[in-house]
Amino acid sequence: MSDKKPISSVNDFVVRFANVNGSGSASANEMFARAILRHGVPVSPRNIFPSNIQGLPTWYEVRVTEEGHLGARGGVDMMVAMNPQTWDKDVAGIEPGGYLFYDSTKPLPSTKFRDDITVIGVPLTAITNSTYTDPRQRQLFKNIIYLGALSALLDMDPKLIEQLIGEQYKGKEKLLSSNVHALHLGRDWALQNLKCPTGLRVKKSDKVGDRIFIEGNSAAALGAVYGGATVCAWYPITPSSSVAEAFTAHCKKYRHDPATGKAKYAIVQGEDELASIGIVIGASWNGARAFTATSGPGISLMTEFIGLSYFAEIPAVIMNIQRAGPSTGMPTRTQQCDIIACAYASHGDTKHVLLFPEDPAEAFEFAAAAFDLAERLQTTIFLMLDLDIGMNHRLSRPLKWDDSKQYDRGKVMTAQMLDEGRDFGRYLDVDGDGIPYRTYPGTHPTKGSYFTRGTSRDRYARYSEEGSVYADNMQRLVRKFETAQDLVPRPLQANAERPTKYGVIYFGSTSPAMDEAIGMLEARGHQLDRLRIRAFPFHSSVASFLAEHDFVYVVEQNRDSQLRQLIVNENGIDPVRLVPIVHYDGSPITARYIAKAIGDHQDHLKVTPLRKAVS
Amino acid sequence: MTYIAKPKFHHPGLKKNELGYTHRDYEGKISTLCAGCGHDSITASIIEACYELSIEPHRVAKISGIGCSSKTPDYFLGNSHGFNSVHGRMPSVLTGANLANRDLIYLGVSGDGDSASIGFGQFAHSIRRGVNMTYIVENNGVYGLTKGQFSATADRGSKSKKGVTNTDNAIDLVAIALQLGATFVARSFSGDKAQLVPLIAAAIGHKGASFIDVISPCIAFNNHAGSTKSFDYVREHNDAVNRLDVLVGRDPIAVDYAPGTVQVVEQHDGSKIALRKIDADYDPHDRLGAQTFLARHAAKGQIVTGLLYVDPDADDLHTHLNTVETPLNTLEADTLCPGSAALDKFNASLR
Repeated sequence: MSDKKPISSVNDFVVRFANVNGSGSASANEMFARAILRHGVPVSPRNIFPSNIQGLPTWYEVRVTEEGHLGARGGVDMMVAMNPQTWDKDVAGIEPGGYLFYDSTKPLPSTKFRDDITVIGVPLTAITNSTYTDPRQRQLFKNIIYLGALSALLDMDPKLIEQLIGEQYKGKEKLLSSNVHALHLGRDWALQNLKCPTGLRVKKSDKVGDRIFIEGNSAAALGAVYGGATVCAWYPITPSSSVAEAFTAHCKKYRHDPATGKAKYAIVQGEDELASIGIVIGASWNGARAFTATSGPGISLMTEFIGLSYFAEIPAVIMNIQRAGPSTGMPTRTQQCDIIACAYASHGDTKHVLLFPEDPAEAFEFAAAAFDLAERLQTTIFLMLDLDIGMNHRLSRPLKWDDSKQYDRGKVMTAQMLDEGRDFGRYLDVDGDGIPYRTYPGTHPTKGSYFTRGTSRDRYARYSEEGSVYADNMQRLVRKFETAQDLVPRPLQANAERPTKYGVIYFGSTSPAMDEAIGMLEARGHQLDRLRIRAFPFHSSVASFLAEHDFVYVVEQNRDSQLRQLIVNENGIDPVRLVPIVHYDGSPITARYIAKAIGDHQDHLKVTPLRKAVS
Repeated sequence: MTYIAKPKFHHPGLKKNELGYTHRDYEGKISTLCAGCGHDSITASIIEACYELSIEPHRVAKISGIGCSSKTPDYFLGNSHGFNSVHGRMPSVLTGANLANRDLIYLGVSGDGDSASIGFGQFAHSIRRGVNMTYIVENNGVYGLTKGQFSATADRGSKSKKGVTNTDNAIDLVAIALQLGATFVARSFSGDKAQLVPLIAAAIGHKGASFIDVISPCIAFNNHAGSTKSFDYVREHNDAVNRLDVLVGRDPIAVDYAPGTVQVVEQHDGSKIALRKIDADYDPHDRLGAQTFLARHAAKGQIVTGLLYVDPDADDLHTHLNTVETPLNTLEADTLCPGSAALDKFNASLR
């Protein structure tokens, strides 16, 4: 098919940049995404990068989406092919009728191209070399030059890009003007030598609104600042390191005493994840709000301490920015694969609270809420993010905070309460919610001290190996977990227009793709009610949703449908009624994938109506 | 058994310290360790040191790992909060606790399995960071609770109770602590309370990472001929470099020193350490000298004890992190939360 009509689309297409990592392309590519936002057109960018610092292939994908679909779409309409290593695969990945943008300085044989796409050559190296002599400048400005050329090809307003450059290099006039110059070098060359614009165009709109452009990790870290975290201990691991780094940056801005310059926080880079969680447990035991951020392998290392937190009832907040496992797995690829590992982390009978934010705004809210929950429930709270939310800029509703909010420090017995003669039993349930009172070390000269241990003990924290004493405590922990059900964020349900016996459950970063897929499925005639789970333990509305539907799809990004397993296990329901829809190749799940998987299954159900076959 | 309450009555004429507490106020539950265990002597020394320093018992946080040694915090300072945490992880738990509230006294109790094997890394890194703590290793060279396996501090060539010869090299925690920058390093012997009590008292007064390695014979599994951690062996090979007196407050312990034999070190908390020299050439302010001295004596099979190194001007992790003077665990939303106005500005910067 040599004469495939070029794709024509306004504000709805995917541009993918293929680069070599370490070449400085990231900032130019991010500027491209931001420039489109400044046109009032939503974008959803994604970094696809290797576990490497320099020399390996990396991609940056920008989905331009007037409709505001923030999930990955799949497919590429324009490939900016700047990496010879991945050329063949990159060219093959372009949609028929799509566009290939490349550096035409060196001629390439025709076999290197396709005849069903539009090939756009710009002699980037030639332009760069004739303008700059310094090798580093050549490399960096080449990125800005292609940005300029793209602005012409996609009909973007160069003033908006100049404005961004102005903001980025504010106060660095020399850099500012040289970047603007490079931008116009590329833009002018394209305008003079190429047909501009192409079929893909950016047109000014007003669909961005007051939304902000932020990475989930930065939002979660800010949530920790707002939530009152004062101690952070961490060990570097992709994709979570930027949580601690963002926490450091936010604290530098917001947490220094203006008079003395002293820090109202302490951040320690631990020697490993065991030390990190140990520091968190020690600080929380002593009454500070503390957290760590990690990813799968770190969770594995922390599990002994997580069991201690559960059994000795010490608050802790762990942000798990999930990546593909097992073992080292794919450190720079996204998955939702630690659901089971976190829900039941550690030896013995344990259960933990998990929070599943869908985007940066929820990452902020849930991170702050995690500290209230940890102190209220005196246990570990997992904030389950993933690389897709954590390390990509996402268009998100603005972050909100209610200034009247006080922290919920949970059940803490003070010196005054002890002096009033209140009975203090560290593991004594006084009001039926399963949560005992605790005291901070140093509270009272003669009352309220206790010995914390991971071994079994009675309601007054006295060592005991009595079976009945042990079982009594374990039962109370179950009661406490039931209490948690009503404290954690509830699931959100959205029903189809017409009543339906089919439902779908999803969570976390699957959200935008799922929302988009619902529209696609409706177009195919499939009606589905949706339930977005936002926390574990599951609220009773999850059981109701399951009861109200014959079949429920559970969409998730792991191989073994872990959330489905958890639902089956915790709700004791027939697994046949829960249909797994899994995506686990390390790329973010797409609406196309979900719509196809569910649509095909639905079509199949229509061909052989199960109810009729059974009756 | 620890659930049997210790009788609270005591002699009415029992001496009281500056705060009006008796010795009994610093005790804990009845020990469940073997009769004659060296660890119980260390417990007694900790009680003695805290009594003499007139510390308010509840202002101490006792943190330990797992093992015989780590059970002992239940046996002293019954009005203090204690935390028998995870094997080898006392240092990280203590570090976190210390960050949360800089105003308490942190006593870390560990053993040789806990600190030289499973927790060797955490031992090292807490020392490196200069956490303000007194880190005591009750060092008996064996795993007691699991019945007599060698630990990493067992000397090469020493024999186990079952007659097995240890072929692995020993880790000397004192040498490591010196190398890692501990600002108070001492070694003592559980059988020498006169030496140990003032060492513990001085370590508590020290601001920074204080480390004391206390050789503490295991009566059940490591007190036989062929052991280098037995009472007899340690007594025969103990080479003390100095003796200490800790002078606290208005009523210093009266001592009569011969001129030229005493070195007085003033600590951050105002207390003074009077160091009575035994080895005239030994200088406890010389880190490199201490390392060499230790290595030379170890080669001769001698166990060097005493205050081996002290830096009276040391600082701690809080100083390095520039944290506020107010304990972090007392800060609330009004000082910690930047509020909605700041958030609006933050949002605006991301558009």
